[in-house]
Amino acid sequence: MSKTAAWTAPDPSGRRAILPDSSLENSKDRTVVVTGASGLLGSRVALKLIRAGYTVRCFQRRDAVAVRESLQPKGLERFEQHRGSITHPDHVSRALDGADAVVHLAAKVSVTGPWEEYVETNVTGTRILLEGARAEGIGRFVQVSSPSVSHAGSAFMGQGNQPADPDNARGNYARSKAYAERLALDYDSQDLLVGVVRPHLVWGPGDTQLVERVIERASRGGIPLLDAGAALIDSTYVDNAAEAVLRDFERLETVHGKPLVISNGEPRTVGELMTMMCEAAGVQPPQRTVPASVAKLAGSVVEKIWARRPGADEPPMTRFLAEQLSTSHWFDQRETHELLDWKPEVSIDEGMESLRRYYRPRSSENTASLRPLV
Amino acid sequence: MATANRTTRPTPRPGPIPLKRWPGVARDASRVIDAESTAPVDSGSLRTWHFLDNGPELERQGLDPVGTILCVHGNPTWSYLWRNVVAAGANSGIQPWRVVAVDQLDMGYSERTGLERSLEDRVRDLGDFTRALGLDDAAGPEGVVTLSHDWGGLISQGWGMKHPDLHRGRIFTNTALHHAQGEEIPGALRLALHPAVHGKGTRSTTAFLDVTLSLHKGTWDPEVRKTFRSPYTSPAAREGIQNFVADIPVDEGHRSYAAMQRIAQAVADDDLPCLVLWGPGDPVFKQRYLDDILARNPEATLHRFDKAGHLVAEEEDISTVLFTWLDEAYLGAPDVVERHRVVREKDRKASPLALDYRPMVSELEERRDDDSLAVVDMGPAGRGLKDRSGDSERRSRTRQATIRRQLSWRELAEQVDRTAEVLRDLGVQAGTRVNLMVPPGSRLTTLIYACLKIGAVIVVADTGLGIKGLTRALRGASPEFLVGIPQALLAAKTAGWPGRRVLAGTAHSSTLRLLGAETGIESHEVSAAQPTTPWNAPQPDNVAAILYTSGSTGPAKGVAYTHRQLSSMRDAIQNTYGLGEGAGLVAGFAPFALLGPALGATSVTPDMDVTQPKTLTAKALAQAVRAISATVVFASPAALMNVVETREDMNEDEQAAMQGVERLLSAGAPITVPLLEGMEEICPHAKLHTPYGMTECLPLTDVNLDQIREAERDADPQDGVEGAGAGVCVGTPVYGARVQVVPLDDTGAATGEPTHTPGITGEIIAAAPHAKDHYDRLWWTERTSASIPGWHRTGDVGHFDATGRLWVEGRLSHLISTESGLLTPVAGETAAEKISGVRRAAVVGVGPWGAQVPVVVVERESAPARNGSRAIKDGPAPQALARAVRSVVESATGVRVAAILQVREHPTDIRHNSKIDRPRLAAWADSVLSGGKVRKP
Repeated sequence: MSKTAAWTAPDPSGRRAILPDSSLENSKDRTVVVTGASGLLGSRVALKLIRAGYTVRCFQRRDAVAVRESLQPKGLERFEQHRGSITHPDHVSRALDGADAVVHLAAKVSVTGPWEEYVETNVTGTRILLEGARAEGIGRFVQVSSPSVSHAGSAFMGQGNQPADPDNARGNYARSKAYAERLALDYDSQDLLVGVVRPHLVWGPGDTQLVERVIERASRGGIPLLDAGAALIDSTYVDNAAEAVLRDFERLETVHGKPLVISNGEPRTVGELMTMMCEAAGVQPPQRTVPASVAKLAGSVVEKIWARRPGADEPPMTRFLAEQLSTSHWFDQRETHELLDWKPEVSIDEGMESLRRYYRPRSSENTASLRPLV
Repeated sequence: MATANRTTRPTPRPGPIPLKRWPGVARDASRVIDAESTAPVDSGSLRTWHFLDNGPELERQGLDPVGTILCVHGNPTWSYLWRNVVAAGANSGIQPWRVVAVDQLDMGYSERTGLERSLEDRVRDLGDFTRALGLDDAAGPEGVVTLSHDWGGLISQGWGMKHPDLHRGRIFTNTALHHAQGEEIPGALRLALHPAVHGKGTRSTTAFLDVTLSLHKGTWDPEVRKTFRSPYTSPAAREGIQNFVADIPVDEGHRSYAAMQRIAQAVADDDLPCLVLWGPGDPVFKQRYLDDILARNPEATLHRFDKAGHLVAEEEDISTVLFTWLDEAYLGAPDVVERHRVVREKDRKASPLALDYRPMVSELEERRDDDSLAVVDMGPAGRGLKDRSGDSERRSRTRQATIRRQLSWRELAEQVDRTAEVLRDLGVQAGTRVNLMVPPGSRLTTLIYACLKIGAVIVVADTGLGIKGLTRALRGASPEFLVGIPQALLAAKTAGWPGRRVLAGTAHSSTLRLLGAETGIESHEVSAAQPTTPWNAPQPDNVAAILYTSGSTGPAKGVAYTHRQLSSMRDAIQNTYGLGEGAGLVAGFAPFALLGPALGATSVTPDMDVTQPKTLTAKALAQAVRAISATVVFASPAALMNVVETREDMNEDEQAAMQGVERLLSAGAPITVPLLEGMEEICPHAKLHTPYGMTECLPLTDVNLDQIREAERDADPQDGVEGAGAGVCVGTPVYGARVQVVPLDDTGAATGEPTHTPGITGEIIAAAPHAKDHYDRLWWTERTSASIPGWHRTGDVGHFDATGRLWVEGRLSHLISTESGLLTPVAGETAAEKISGVRRAAVVGVGPWGAQVPVVVVERESAPARNGSRAIKDGPAPQALARAVRSVVESATGVRVAAILQVREHPTDIRHNSKIDRPRLAAWADSVLSGGKVRKP
């Protein structure tokens, strides 16, 4: 593969997974509010809920196009949308009006930006939603959190479901999510069952957060492997994460109050994961290796520069990212599997194959039915 | 305790344990009591003693102790040393024991008397204490068992001498009972006693205390260390340490010398049960003190904690061992080792394959008039030994070997007799341990058979252990003699190996002095004064040899064989392979090399550097074969690897000689099919055997190349034999041997009923007339390995197939515990090794037990270095290789591998260069996959 122009992500429309009407289960006649439904995981969770018979009210600022375009006529009957912000109490109370449950995914996910913005979206937003749920007499609430809330950036292997620890969480995102998780658990009661799910490093077709960023940067030769990319990390294929959220939601009576880390249970080295993603998209995988210490230093310098720079783009490297990419973090999933009575269905290899079909469909493959959601 | 009715008796009060407690001590275990002194130095004074005592706990639980363990510390520790024994006393044995650990006066938290207390005083002191405590009439039905350390050994035994009715047994950790006049005292103590150091090192500063604490071989818990130091924070508090050091009876002039001698004699005179738990890495209480203890307690049970040192009680879990011994010695629990021996003996006699005992030396005796060749040594043609070291690889590959030394049966028998005479003249008797450090060949053969004849115990620890490993092994065996070549004698001198040194050969007296050797075997003149009396044949069940394991599975263990067991090893070889009289064998593999004369076969040692099996070339092997028209070859896998690599160097004659080889045996480590196929090309008419076994039972099963091929066909999952596959096929038991597997439970422990059921994975257990007698001086290890009566637990894991073949899956300690269950490594490794470019593979687990993920570490074939071609880097494997490995392992075993790492070379044992050090590799993989810098494994 020679160096050519930088890779650009394909337009997702027309490549979306389809939820065929034929696969819908009977209506449960209950309404679930899903926040952050425009994102990768949020849209899959919404579709899973619809398939399972719920009416889903998507609540976020942007249009939940990914959900809508995946639905066929019968499915669309179970789809509602409220555009608004979770930090706005009025928007929230309107969105929660008459609903039975909440699955809360909306968050500020980033590696830069001032602390106040994280508090606003991730902590205050969660509080407003919980208050709203309580006021509305809603009985079920699933908080989608992150495994980064419980660790301090050092390497770990086979860690269990540890409590959130905002004091030691690395970076604004992890710290704010740690506070949010604690807050959510404070609301957990017999009247309002609160479950916490922490999917780790979610990826899948059309994922702009991780997959497409890796592919795009690799195509420009912009990704080095830190310390040979040997750190072993867990990741989660999006459908598995969505299924786990659904399981948690349906088993709240037993799992409420207990944060559960979700992963594919197939840790891979960072280098191998990135390589597989690049291969799926047909770009040259990263070749350069850089010592992690150098990257961390570079990351902290970059962070300082970006802090003074207005603009929305993400920095090429941060200290947090350098740590994430150079230290192992994978989980002991035994408790999660037992409590949810669930195991991931899609293996990493199968997930990579759907990435490949999404980014490089063969002519024989009909793009309209890339991966039906069944 | 309930019977205490003397009103004058003092009662214990709560001790000075601080609010935050001493780690590992229950609050009410710390107590103090007043006792009136009867010691000459301060008779009549009332002294306050501190002690740890589980008495309050026993009362709380409503338990009556069966006896009392009286723990006596040394200098400068205190009762805290025994906290784990105190804590375990109530609930560890079949019945509860009271455990009383005393702080001696001036030590720990007992009173500072400000007086110099002699050994005599301290013995009285301890009696005063036990009287005050009421132990004298309330110790429990089994009385008092003393447990001691350091100078507590003498004091406790002095107490025992004065309380013969109460003292029922003794347990020693590192201590000394006697210091012979004129013997050098250990360097560490010499320094402490030096006038310039004594006051300063022991009282003014905490140096002596710190040095003692620094002897800990592991890592200290800082809180524990702090607690050890806590009673000795001021110079006044340390006075006891100083006086204690001053009371070491270094020579006859010392005030305590006579007391020491009386006590040491008393220990030798009674026959109390004795357990010794010893840390060999102790610069103070060295091997000679252990030997002295054993001499005074010949029936003692001894376990050496190989990695431990002076503070063995701190470094190892002595409690479990100690209470198990108490159960067996006092409370009627079955003596596991004895039970094993009884069953083994019964099985041996009942076996339909049992043969009459025929001593190893019989064949040689019967052929003393035979002038045909018995042993032949090959060596380089022309020059002597000197040009060996300077050999370039090329020269050594093509060098011509010739016969350097040969003995007929008659000559060998004569030499053996003469050597035996010399050894006897030097003082070697039946039971004397003689360490032989001589390379295989006619000299070693002569020495071995001379020792066998006398009944001396041959100690063989090969250089594959490395100097450190050898030193550890030899200290453990403590042979009285070391017979060796000059290099070995020099190493012995430098490393301080035990034993009187004797040169295997002949040399000038100046050279002997240089080597520290008393004499040379071949030049020694037997003193005329000693009449040449005929000696008695050794008893068949006495120990004949101690062989050391390779140390690839922990510190090397000494394995003791009796004369009968060695003879049975010969019989197993003879009857499995049909070897015997008239055969010619190339002895390139140490344990079997000594069998030639016993088998009646002519043996030849090829020209090679025996310390490095890799140096056997095809040419050298062929020339050895040709020299005696050998039909049988014994060689190690590493040697064979080199033979295959250098086969091009053989000329036509040599190639022709190899055509005559009928049988080839290679044992010691698994051998791959490609290697066997390489040998098949070299000796096409030979059956190629790769027996499986271990130092404890060699060989155990046998398989040959044809059978391996058949087994591979049978491993087909669709159309194969039930249970075939998923491991390395090692065939069926050799003559006289039996094998079963003990199924594993969910945690990986082998706890099931022994079975032959196909496909059931478990620990492999072995029984054979040629299996080991016991582990030398490792009671606990022996007890563990003999826990199934009549069987030896191998620590290997495997299963049978429906045709009765055994398949080995790895070591018990290499099991991987994943979320979906237990995983053995070998099947995945075999699959990965089929990928081209992979020389060897190891499957290891990373992560916590129960949630581990499997990682494959492959050793790459090193491609010839060309310009531009990238060298193989240790670390993650390239994606293409990773994909290939993942896919073959998953299709062969169903196991999903988390990561594939590559290395240029696996860490292996030195002896065979083929047993991969998986624990080390697992630690390396763990570090690499944590994201750390990639280092060499």
